[in-house]
Amino acid sequence: MMVENKRSLFWRKLAAHAFLICFIALILFPFLMVLSISFREGNFSTGSIFPERPTLEHWALALGFEFTRADGTVVQPPYPVLLWLWNSVKISIIASVGILVLSTTSAYAFARMQFKGRVGLLDTLLIVQMFPAALTVIAAYAIFDALGRVVPWLGIDSHPALILSYLSAITLHIWTIKGYFDSVDPALDKAAMIDGATPWQAFRHIFLPLSVPILAVVFVLSFIFLINEYPVASVLLRNTDQMTLAVGARQYLYEQKYLWGDFAAAAILSGLPITVIFLFAQRFLQSDLGDGAVKG
Amino acid sequence: MSVMTEDRDPQSNLTENSMVRDVYEAVKPFFRIASLTAIALAFLYVIWGLYLAGEPIFAVVAFAIGISIVILFGWARFYTWRFVFPGVAAIAVFIVLPVLYTSGIGFTNYSASNILPFERVQQIHLDKMVKAPDSGRPFALTSDSRLFFPEDDGRPALITVPIEKATDGRLLAAPHKGQAPDTLKVKAVLQNRAALQQLVVELPDGGELTMDGLREFASSAPFYTLEEEGVLLGADGTKLVPNHDKGFYQNDAGELVTPGWPVGVGWANFTKVLFADGIRQPMLEIFIWTCAFAFLSMIFTSGVGTMLAVILEWEHLAHKGIYKLFLILPYAVPAFISILVFRGLFNQNFGEINLILGGLFGLEPDWFTNPTLTRTMLLLVNTWLGFPYWMLISAGFLQSVPRDHFKAAALENSGPIRNFFAITLPQIMPPMVPLLIANFAFNFNNIVLVLLLTRGGPDIPGTIIPAGSTDLLGSFTFRIAFQNSGQDFGLAGAISTLIFIITGIIAYVNYRAMQKLAAKRSARS
Repeated sequence: MMVENKRSLFWRKLAAHAFLICFIALILFPFLMVLSISFREGNFSTGSIFPERPTLEHWALALGFEFTRADGTVVQPPYPVLLWLWNSVKISIIASVGILVLSTTSAYAFARMQFKGRVGLLDTLLIVQMFPAALTVIAAYAIFDALGRVVPWLGIDSHPALILSYLSAITLHIWTIKGYFDSVDPALDKAAMIDGATPWQAFRHIFLPLSVPILAVVFVLSFIFLINEYPVASVLLRNTDQMTLAVGARQYLYEQKYLWGDFAAAAILSGLPITVIFLFAQRFLQSDLGDGAVKG
Repeated sequence: MSVMTEDRDPQSNLTENSMVRDVYEAVKPFFRIASLTAIALAFLYVIWGLYLAGEPIFAVVAFAIGISIVILFGWARFYTWRFVFPGVAAIAVFIVLPVLYTSGIGFTNYSASNILPFERVQQIHLDKMVKAPDSGRPFALTSDSRLFFPEDDGRPALITVPIEKATDGRLLAAPHKGQAPDTLKVKAVLQNRAALQQLVVELPDGGELTMDGLREFASSAPFYTLEEEGVLLGADGTKLVPNHDKGFYQNDAGELVTPGWPVGVGWANFTKVLFADGIRQPMLEIFIWTCAFAFLSMIFTSGVGTMLAVILEWEHLAHKGIYKLFLILPYAVPAFISILVFRGLFNQNFGEINLILGGLFGLEPDWFTNPTLTRTMLLLVNTWLGFPYWMLISAGFLQSVPRDHFKAAALENSGPIRNFFAITLPQIMPPMVPLLIANFAFNFNNIVLVLLLTRGGPDIPGTIIPAGSTDLLGSFTFRIAFQNSGQDFGLAGAISTLIFIITGIIAYVNYRAMQKLAAKRSARS
C-alpha cells in the first residue's frame, strides 16, 4: 500500500470527485438539452431546461401519429422515423450475420489451413481495412447502377445492394476471430481429424461451439458499425421510405426546413435502443476494443 | 454455404437410418452438380446483361467470380479455398475493385455532363426535331371541338374527329368538303393548349402534324442527319463534329456542345488538382487542415481519455462504476445522432449553447461562419465523441503497469503528475502506438463528422470548386462527386487516388509499428 498523507488524501479525493462530476455534467449537457427540447412547443422556441408548457407533439410525430394542437390544427408526422429505425435494424442484422459467416469461415482457413499466399493475404487485410469506404462510393454507385439494370432488386435504392456492399466490412473481424481460433488447443481438432472428421466438420462441431463468445462480440461490433454507417447508405438509398436512420435523421436539420423539436424526439426514440444495446454489450467488448476496432 | 453443407460426412450422424444415408450418398453428387449449374446459369444471365448494358468491366468481374465459384466448389482439390474465397471475394469486389475503379475514373472526364455513352449522346442530337419547311398549316378549334385545317396553298381542307375521341393522343384527319364549320376564337385554343400540345394529327397521306404555336400545326423532321465518322449535318448546313479527345461534339465555331460522353483525359485531373489556380490553393489548405485535424483529434481524444482512465484507476476513488457508465455514454449513443444534436445546439441563432454563453458572458460566437471557430467546434465535438474509446483502451493498458514502481516513487516523494509521466506513460505508450496511428488514419478520413456537422462550410473564398474551410480531403471529394451541381466524378476520382496513396502509407507505417511491437513482445517473453 502506498504511503499517503491523510489530510492531503482527503483533498485529493474531493478534487477528483469534483472534477469528475463537472466533467460528467459537461458530457450530459447535450443529452439533457435534447430531452428538454423534445417536450418544448414548436421547432424554434427557446426556454428553460424544464419547459413551461410541455407538449407531446414532437413525440407523437416521431412515433408516427398525427397531432392535434390546442388551436385545432392537425400536424402530420414529417418523416417515417420508425420505418427508418426498422430499415436500419433489418439491414444491420442481416449484414452482420453475413459478415459473421464470411469472417468465421475465412478466419478458420487462415488459422488452421495451409495454402499459398496465406501470410500475404492476412497482411493485405490489415492494410486494406484502413481504406475509407466513403471514398469508394463512386464505384459502389456505378456497380449497383449497372447491376440494377440487369437484376432490378440489386440496384440503387434497394436494401439487398446495401447489405451486399456491407459484407466487405469483414477485414478486421477475420483477424479478431483468427486470433481466437489460434488459441484453441490444436489437440482438439487433431483428435477429430484422426477420427475421420473433415475440416468442415472440425469447423462446424469443434470451432463454432467453442467460439460463441467471440462471435457475439463480432456480431455486436459490426451491428453498431453498420447502424452508424452514413456515406455508403446515403449514396445508395435515395427514396425516403428506403432510408436508414443515419441517412434519414439528417433530413431534419436543413436550413430551409429546420425541425429542431421533431428531431429531438426522433433522436431520443431511435438512439435509445441502440445505446442500451451498446451499454449492455460493452462489458463483453472491452477486452476486444484494443484489437483495433476504431471509432472516434 | 448450402454447397458446403453437403461435405458433411454421414458417418458422424450414426443415428441416421442407413437407407436414408445411401439415398443421400447417391443423390449428393447430382445435387452438387445441379446447384453449381444453377449458380453458373444465374451468373451467365448477369454477365450477359452487364455486357449488353455496356459495362464490360463489371461483366468481366462477374465472370471471374462465377468461374471461381464453379471451380472451387466443383473440384475437391480446391477444398481449402472454399473457406477463404467468399470473404476474399467480398473484399475484392467491394474494397479493392472500387479503389481501382475510382482511381481509373480519375483519368477520365466522367461527370454530370459526360455520363452517357457516345451512342446515346449521338441519339440525343439525332432526336432533336425541327419544323419541316413549308409544312405548317393554320388551324382552328371548331365549336364541336374538332380541329379544322382550312384550304391552304392548294392543299385541301381537313377536319379531325373531336379531340376527346383521340386514341393514344392520335387524331385522324379526313378531307373536308363544303362550308367551313363554326370555329372558336384563339382564346379557346389558349385554354386547351396543354391538351392540344399532346396531340398528333394523322393526315390522309400518312404524314403527321403536331402543334407549332397557337395558330399552326406542322410536321417535324430530325434536325441532324448522320454522316460518316459520327459527324452530324444540320438542316441549316451547320456541322457537329465529335471530338473523342475531349468527349464532346464541337460546332463550326469550335465550341463544345453538351451533353458529352466519358473519355480518357490522361493526367489532366491530377495536374488540375496539383497545379491549377483556384484548385491548388484550397486543396493545400484542406490538406493541411486534414492533417492538423487528424493529429489534434488523436492528441485530444487520447489525452482526455487516458487522463480519465488514470483518475478512475486511483484506488482511493469511490463510485467508479457509476462514473464509468456516464463517461462511456458519448461512445454508446450512435454518432450520427450526437453529431446532429451538436449541429442544433451550436446553431448561431437559436442554439442552446449561444443562449447560455449570451446569458452568462454576453458572447454569441458565430460557430458556423467563422472558419477558426468552426474548426474549434469540430475538434470539440470530435473530442467529446472520441475520448471514451481511449478511456477504455487506456484502462486496459494501465492494468499492466507494475504497482511496485509507484511504491518506489512514493519513497522519493514523487507526486501524481510526475508519476504519470515518469512511470505510467512510458509503460503504456508502446502498445498504444499502432492504435494511435490507426486513430490518425480514421480521423484523416472522418467524413461523417464533417458531412453531418458543418457540411464543409464556411466556404473558402475565391475557389473554382466549392471548398470549405472545415472540409477534410475525403468530405471535399465526396461533395465534389455527390453534392455540388457539377458532380465531377473524374476530379473526385483523382483526389480519391491521392487519398488512397496517403492512407496506404499510413496503413503501412501502422503495419510496421505492429510488427515491431509483436517482435518486442516475443523477444521479452
